[in-house]
Amino acid sequence: MSDDDGIRPTEEQKRRQRKRSIAIGLTIAGLILLFYVITLVKMGPAVLNRPL
Amino acid sequence: MSLADYQDRRLETAAHGGQGDVGDYLALLKPRVMSLVIFTALVGLLIAPGGIHPVLGAVAILCIAVGAGASGALNMWYDADIDAIMSRTARRPIPAGKVTGEEALAFGLTLAAFSVLVLGLAVNWLAAGLLAFTIFFYAVVYTMWLKRSTPQNIVIGGAAGAFPPMIGWAAVTGTVSVESIVLFLIIFMWTPPHFWALSLFKRGDYEAARVPMLPVVAGEDATRTQILVYSVLLAPIGVAPALLGFASLAYGVAAAALGIAFVWYAVRVHARREGDAARKAAVRLFAFSLVYLFLIFALLLADSIAARLIAGGWL
Repeated sequence: MSDDDGIRPTEEQKRRQRKRSIAIGLTIAGLILLFYVITLVKMGPAVLNRPL
Repeated sequence: MSLADYQDRRLETAAHGGQGDVGDYLALLKPRVMSLVIFTALVGLLIAPGGIHPVLGAVAILCIAVGAGASGALNMWYDADIDAIMSRTARRPIPAGKVTGEEALAFGLTLAAFSVLVLGLAVNWLAAGLLAFTIFFYAVVYTMWLKRSTPQNIVIGGAAGAFPPMIGWAAVTGTVSVESIVLFLIIFMWTPPHFWALSLFKRGDYEAARVPMLPVVAGEDATRTQILVYSVLLAPIGVAPALLGFASLAYGVAAAALGIAFVWYAVRVHARREGDAARKAAVRLFAFSLVYLFLIFALLLADSIAARLIAGGWL
């Protein structure tokens, strides 16, 4: 099988895919930060002071 | 673009997928509609009695905005066939061939689920339930059912756009009260004259797409009468916050002046039925309706801030 088989994205398609990947990455990072802050706000100083 | 052209292009796009730029996905969220949703929800949240932690308030507004965006994406997924025909919507990401319908559907459903769950977990489940109902109402009741079947589509569908201030209010108070119902009614009664004014000067678009907007089905004269009726009903509802005691007399006077101006623009639409003058009157009412809604909510916010400053001894 040669390397040319299958769909080969154009440079433009690669550029767009990269931008989408960066946007998804930033969104996930933002969600992690958001959940962290929400947890602190809702549980306050008691965040570590609870029965496990 | 004809329907056949659109279907050809859809097949072409469907074969590839993954063509969309980040900007195309942002366009699926209908940012201009979202800005109005954010503003009205923010006013509902800020004028509600009591308080909410600023971070949780910001989370609530973010969730409402993302939920509104999800509704927009689901609407564009379902309406891609008619969007391709109408000049106003032909450049949207799906008819333009940049995003496939399946991608828009997945995007919309993911955002809808996240916005409702985060609002419920972070703020309260009444607000989350109202947001879920709003998304369902816009995507299913309005887009899938009413829009193509009845000229009352935007009257009933307008409820979806009227919920955001009620959700903002519920985020703070955990309840639905008379005050939040009045905020809902202001937008609910504002929507028909706003969209019918648009449909008067975009009638050709709706005709081509076979969307049964009122001017297409009942004629332009009947539409002008309905615009006037809803404008006359809207004016006193705009004043209601002062009458019910959750806004000041100053707000009431300003809202009454804005309501009278709204009716005056509607009377001009009703009186001018021919040619360029008729079109101009409809465009002016459409433009003023946006100013009206913005000012009513801005005044409610200013009034509430002033009342809190006075109560706190700052003024």
